[in-house]
Amino acid sequence: MTMVAEQTWVAVCPADEVLRAYGVAALLAGAEQVAIFRTEDDEFFALSNIDPFSRAAVLSRGIVGDRGGLPVVASPIYKQAFDLRTGVCVDDPDVTVPTYPVRVLDGVVQVKSP
Amino acid sequence: MARTMVVVGNGMVGHKLVQTVRDRDAQSSWRIVVLAEEPRPAYDRVALSSYVDTWDPGTLSLPGNEFDDDDLVTLRLGDPVETVDRQNRTVATVSGFRQHYDVLVLATGSRPFVPPVPGHDLPGCFVYRTIDDLDAIRAAAGRAMASGGPGRRAGMVVGGGLLGLEAAKALRDMGLSPHVVELGPRLMPLQVDEGGGGLLRRLIEKLDVTVHTGTSTESIQRDSGRLLATLAGGTELDLDLVVFSAGVRPNDALARSCALPVGARGGVLVDDGCRTDDERIYAIGECACIGDRVYGLVAPGYAMAEVAADRILGGTASFPGADTSTKLKLLGVDVASFGDAHATDEHALEVVFNDAVSGTYKKLVVSDDARTLLGGIFVGDASEYTLLRPLVGGELPAEPAALLAPDGNASMGVDAVADAAQICSCNAVTKGAITSAITDDGCDSVPSIKSRTRAGTSCGSCVPMLGKLLSSCGVEQSKALCEHFKQSRAELFEIIQATQISTFSELIAKHGTGKGCAICKPAVASILATLGNGHILGGEQATLQDTNDHFLANMQKNGTYSVIPRIPGGEITPDKLIVLGEVAKDFGLYTKITGGQRIDMFGATVEELPYIWRRLVDAGFESGHAYGKALRTVKSCVGTTWCRYGQQDSVGLAVELELRYRGLRSPHKLKSAVSGCARECAEARGKDFGVIATENGWNLYVGGNGGTMPRHADLIVSDVDTETLIKIIDRFLMFYVRTADRLQRTAPWIEEMEGGLDHLRAVIVDDSLGICDELEAAMAKHVENYSDEWKGVLEDPEKLARFTSFVNAPGTPDPTISFTVERDQKVPVLLGVPEVASR
Repeated sequence: MTMVAEQTWVAVCPADEVLRAYGVAALLAGAEQVAIFRTEDDEFFALSNIDPFSRAAVLSRGIVGDRGGLPVVASPIYKQAFDLRTGVCVDDPDVTVPTYPVRVLDGVVQVKSP
Repeated sequence: MARTMVVVGNGMVGHKLVQTVRDRDAQSSWRIVVLAEEPRPAYDRVALSSYVDTWDPGTLSLPGNEFDDDDLVTLRLGDPVETVDRQNRTVATVSGFRQHYDVLVLATGSRPFVPPVPGHDLPGCFVYRTIDDLDAIRAAAGRAMASGGPGRRAGMVVGGGLLGLEAAKALRDMGLSPHVVELGPRLMPLQVDEGGGGLLRRLIEKLDVTVHTGTSTESIQRDSGRLLATLAGGTELDLDLVVFSAGVRPNDALARSCALPVGARGGVLVDDGCRTDDERIYAIGECACIGDRVYGLVAPGYAMAEVAADRILGGTASFPGADTSTKLKLLGVDVASFGDAHATDEHALEVVFNDAVSGTYKKLVVSDDARTLLGGIFVGDASEYTLLRPLVGGELPAEPAALLAPDGNASMGVDAVADAAQICSCNAVTKGAITSAITDDGCDSVPSIKSRTRAGTSCGSCVPMLGKLLSSCGVEQSKALCEHFKQSRAELFEIIQATQISTFSELIAKHGTGKGCAICKPAVASILATLGNGHILGGEQATLQDTNDHFLANMQKNGTYSVIPRIPGGEITPDKLIVLGEVAKDFGLYTKITGGQRIDMFGATVEELPYIWRRLVDAGFESGHAYGKALRTVKSCVGTTWCRYGQQDSVGLAVELELRYRGLRSPHKLKSAVSGCARECAEARGKDFGVIATENGWNLYVGGNGGTMPRHADLIVSDVDTETLIKIIDRFLMFYVRTADRLQRTAPWIEEMEGGLDHLRAVIVDDSLGICDELEAAMAKHVENYSDEWKGVLEDPEKLARFTSFVNAPGTPDPTISFTVERDQKVPVLLGVPEVASR
């Protein structure tokens, strides 16, 4: 069973290619796009790259920071902030973007489809 | 059935009366008919001179002056009352409209006094009292400026009092060089004494106003299309227009025509209840003679309006006497006088502090035991005025000499002011009323105090005091940039400059909290860029930038970017135009001409940007900074090179300015333009800094913008040569970059500056803060360190590597981006993306 789970993780890039407080986009199978973020505290998070407000694939290009201590990314289009841990929009809690499991293994960032 | 009150006149005082009655007449027992001469509803005549800054009558409107939703008030404007029939209690207007009254209130104000100088009624002679007067002066000044001919365009102001100096300022702002002719021995003879008048003259003369005191105007004649004025000493002045502001006379003609008694020097005689000889007729404001005096200030007028309103509603209020204090900023010079300024009390003592070096004159008038404050005069620096004026008649908090010493403020705070003392003398608001608004009603800002108490809503001189009262009540006015920094942007700029901190992480660790956000990160990145910390994508800085700065292009709605190379002054060769066309064709970009005379190419994806820019940089283009809070373009008309009417080389200057200031990071975008003549084809007055050619050089205008709140820029210097012009723009931009709030354009920055445009002029033209050398040096450093940001990216593999669509598939374009064709060009469509439930 472990083997099956291992297979769904996709290696994306070396962890040190992602600056702290920064995001990158990755392409998964089926044209699925993930935004991967590394926070100032060196934690990794992954959300869908698609901004639900503008419907453009841009969330990886938002500014990473915190709102009241919670890690967030602000959409570069209309600036709504999304909680990196849950995908919930802090400015409009009725809107949520999908989150993805993410981890760093042997210095490589990996994500998998939920 | 309501009784009818007719109010003749809709000036500030008339309006105050109507407002007061409507506020207090809970039973709606009065219907009010206002009949007025001027065609527009009540406006702020005290601020009339500021009309020159905007030429927008709306900015002077008094709140609630149209009574739109009040059925009990009828305004009839532009139709003055001509006769009063006291027997039948009716009035009749010029147009023949008749109105019965139960009570009549005369609030007809004053008429300007025009001395009977030969030629006083020639075309080109004006008075200075209404918006229409200023419009007429403006039209004449505009004709004079456009007429050409030798010599500078000039205007004469007859009268060197408060209004005369304001008129001189207005003429200067219109581009004329002003002369002020005052019969008395000094400027503002009523408000200041000889010592203060001497200093005032020196300060005013420094501002290019020619002052003639102790002399009168003998005659005004026509002289080949202009005017020639001859003064008593034989001095002759070539002029384009003349403004009379030699005082006012009470407008009591209507009262005289119906045989109401008037005072010896004019003014309708009233008792201390503001009632005339006829018990059904009241008179208030500048047309009334009360206690044998006629007051030409708004505060006593407001007091009379309150008294009359109270009496009409059955009360017994009586006129308490009036405060004739004045504080104003004339041409950027502070002047204030209050109480018994001229020490008319025979036991009064004067304490004078006269510092000719720093240009300040201060005098306090005190009782013979030096314990009670009777009055005072300030010229050059009136910062103590707001604290001292409320103390008149009360005990001084310290030795008079100590209060006037340069650090005298330290010994005195708002706590020294008694609760009963008036802070706002225009609207009779006491310190107690303001502190209760703060502590009991929860007012936590100057605007909220203004709307609750009306303090600070007339002349505005007590506004700084309102801020002090807020602090003394423990209310902190937040200037915090965001939740991570309690400092304002200007404070952060100072911190970064002084400590030479060069990274965001160090700044937030030492001076902020948390991790930062989309507000503070770009703001700090901009400050770091202004102060020269290398490429904006260098190291950690890349993580601070908004996406536009990060990809050096403008993000559009579908996540693609648009590209605008710099085209300085809008001047471009055919070869370069062809390059743009070829690049757009090869990359399939939508093209459009921008408002700033450049070419915008849309639809580029992140990974395409470096390839596009390789081509552009090779062809000699550089970043246009359309993506940054930075200088955008300096637009130009064709100027003398081609235009039959051009007076200077506007394209050459625009190119020079654009190349000088390119890349300057600022609190918001900066736009500029240069026009080659007064026809203003480049629309320079709609820009943050706009230059318009004159026959002698350049006029510089600052603080204009388009957008949701369009605003014309204001003249700051005129007829300067190119070197001086650039020096002043250097100072202007650096001062703005250092002190403005985040996302604050130049117009609101100037408006919110204490002292406004005059203060700005004092700082960047007259160097009143002594910082001009430093500002120029900072700009010189910026010019020297400029390098093209796009070239910097193309030369650096590490930065180039970030221009990828996907970190794991760098060459693959974003599959969600697609286009359709409209009017022969591609436009974005949003496809294949789930819709969010719209809210």
